[in-house]
Amino acid sequence: MFGYYIKLALKSVKRNPILSLLMVTAIALGIGACMTTITVNYLMSADPIPHKSQQLFHIQVDSWDPNNAYSDDADSLPNQLTWTDATNFTLAKKALRQSAMGMSGGIIEPAGDDAKPFEASIRLAYTDFFPMFDVPFIYGTAWDSQSDTDREQVVVLSKRTNESVFGGENSVGKTIVIDGRNFQIVGVIDDWQPMPKFYDVNNGGFNETEQLFMPFSLKEELELPNWGNNNCWKSPDGEGYKAFLQSECINTQMWVELPNDLAKAEYMDYLNNYVMEQKKLGRFPRPLNNRLSNVMEWMASQEVVEEDAKMMMWLSFMFLLVCLLNTIGLLLAKFTGKSSEIGLRLAVGASKADLFKQHLLETALIGVMGGIAGILLALVGLQGIKSLYGDFVDDLASLDLSMILVALSIALLSSILAGLYPTWRACNIAPASQLKSQ
Amino acid sequence: MLKMTDVKKVFRTDLVETQALRDFNLHVGEGDFVAVTGPSGSGKTTFLNIAGLLETFSGGKYELDGQDVSNLNDKKRSQLRNEKIGFIFQSFNLIPDLNLFDNVDVPLRYRGFNSAERKKRIENSLEMVGLAQRMKHLPSQLSGGQQQRVAIARALAGEPRFLLADEPTGNLDTQMANSVMDLLKNINDAGTTIIMVTHDGELASQARRNIYVRDGKVSEVNNADISSPAQLSAV
Repeated sequence: MFGYYIKLALKSVKRNPILSLLMVTAIALGIGACMTTITVNYLMSADPIPHKSQQLFHIQVDSWDPNNAYSDDADSLPNQLTWTDATNFTLAKKALRQSAMGMSGGIIEPAGDDAKPFEASIRLAYTDFFPMFDVPFIYGTAWDSQSDTDREQVVVLSKRTNESVFGGENSVGKTIVIDGRNFQIVGVIDDWQPMPKFYDVNNGGFNETEQLFMPFSLKEELELPNWGNNNCWKSPDGEGYKAFLQSECINTQMWVELPNDLAKAEYMDYLNNYVMEQKKLGRFPRPLNNRLSNVMEWMASQEVVEEDAKMMMWLSFMFLLVCLLNTIGLLLAKFTGKSSEIGLRLAVGASKADLFKQHLLETALIGVMGGIAGILLALVGLQGIKSLYGDFVDDLASLDLSMILVALSIALLSSILAGLYPTWRACNIAPASQLKSQ
Repeated sequence: MLKMTDVKKVFRTDLVETQALRDFNLHVGEGDFVAVTGPSGSGKTTFLNIAGLLETFSGGKYELDGQDVSNLNDKKRSQLRNEKIGFIFQSFNLIPDLNLFDNVDVPLRYRGFNSAERKKRIENSLEMVGLAQRMKHLPSQLSGGQQQRVAIARALAGEPRFLLADEPTGNLDTQMANSVMDLLKNINDAGTTIIMVTHDGELASQARRNIYVRDGKVSEVNNADISSPAQLSAV
């Protein structure tokens, strides 16, 4: 009977093309709006490194103002570290892997007369950054730890930078000029865009990954500019770059890889001991309050998925509800128009259950058609988001297979729910009155 | 075969209570061709709807083919309608966007026949009403008489024990009406029991047996008494 019901559903859709089109459009609009916002929320809140997200921890210590908490929430902690603390934590090597990191930038001066210099963002990090975050390489490798220690002028290029400067060929071993200084290229990474960009949500959780990577120790050596967020609760003691670095200003992120609970507990002990030692030196005036947050905890605490996005998603669900209410009205009208056929089918032996199945399948078919049209509208909506926010949201604003299945499931489920009352009503008509009155 | 004993049907609204059938007694035997006549509002159609299990009744007893149908659930009533009863309506009630083949197929779909069996029955039924060559046509491409023939084919395809016809010629001109009536008589001659509601005394007189319904009650009349509308109203 399933095939028969499908055939009848298609005929019914064809019989009332305008009514059917209105229903498909109503569902499509609701699904399109929902899927646009769901997709953005889904990708914003996705686990960017699922196989390791439970083992990677962001460090927070409370080095803030003794009289005022970091934010209105008394339990809140600064979301970055001072250069001093981050450097100390990294050099202590208490974790399996660790890296302080920060943002900087410079002007790349490509070789050749026609090539124009361009500005590039730089991620300053330790060598552990690459294996810790599973950064893929096309050419070469990360620099070694000796380069961190010796403050060597080495650099890893992003794939895009390598294509811009070297036409995509293997540039390992070559030299690149950044801000007038020569850097030796040791590696080129492949396309790598964690979404969200969890390792530095303070400087844009959905920004592109940096164009260059170089040792964090060069920040002090070359007095590289600070491109990321910088917050201070008191002014640096003294003038100059060194005083800025050694101040209580927070501008550095710090991640560690801790493979199990024991390692995490031991690392927390280390942090607590470190802070207690620093208190003896007059730092860390606030109560002891350190925190290790894994990737998902960190993104939740930093509210990577903005409230606006969540609100938009709920509003779009309300819109879908309004569309479904319209669909219910249209289905009532459609099934009322089929009363005589329903009466006839009842008269010749169809049970109410038979008719219920037939008409529910018809609403499901309309739902699927609305779902497919809704996916197309969602693609248009996501394209709109791209044009509003730029290319860097490419990954955010794209539907994957799972989201397409979600869209079809929502369309199917919601259309069946919308069809329940009209279908029940249609199946409960008195056949005798319909047959006589045709 | 069809036995109604003291059957009552009351329609109730908040303000009015209408007795459509009161102590309705009727026995229809196998192979009968019963014409049911009576003035408008007398209860003819209510009787037919109850006989066809399209409506429930308020009191009394109704046995169809020896089975008491008073307390059957929807599924069982549907099954009985499908297997034992064929309906013919005044306005044909064909589904406009299904061709003749698919229209005749409708009751067979709910019977659970396989496609070969359905095809055989549909072709035989349409052959019987003389429309086998037009089975891919839509109802709108046929005359009224031909549409009623399709409705008869649909009613016959399931080989029912009863045919219940409600004003089967009411929408047809005299020539077509006679043609449909001839077809019904042939069907009856082949053994199918027919109960036909009609206003047309001339057609009613062609049935084997006539009953007259007034105020929800039934009275038996002779064919000779109803050969003309004037005589019918005088009964």
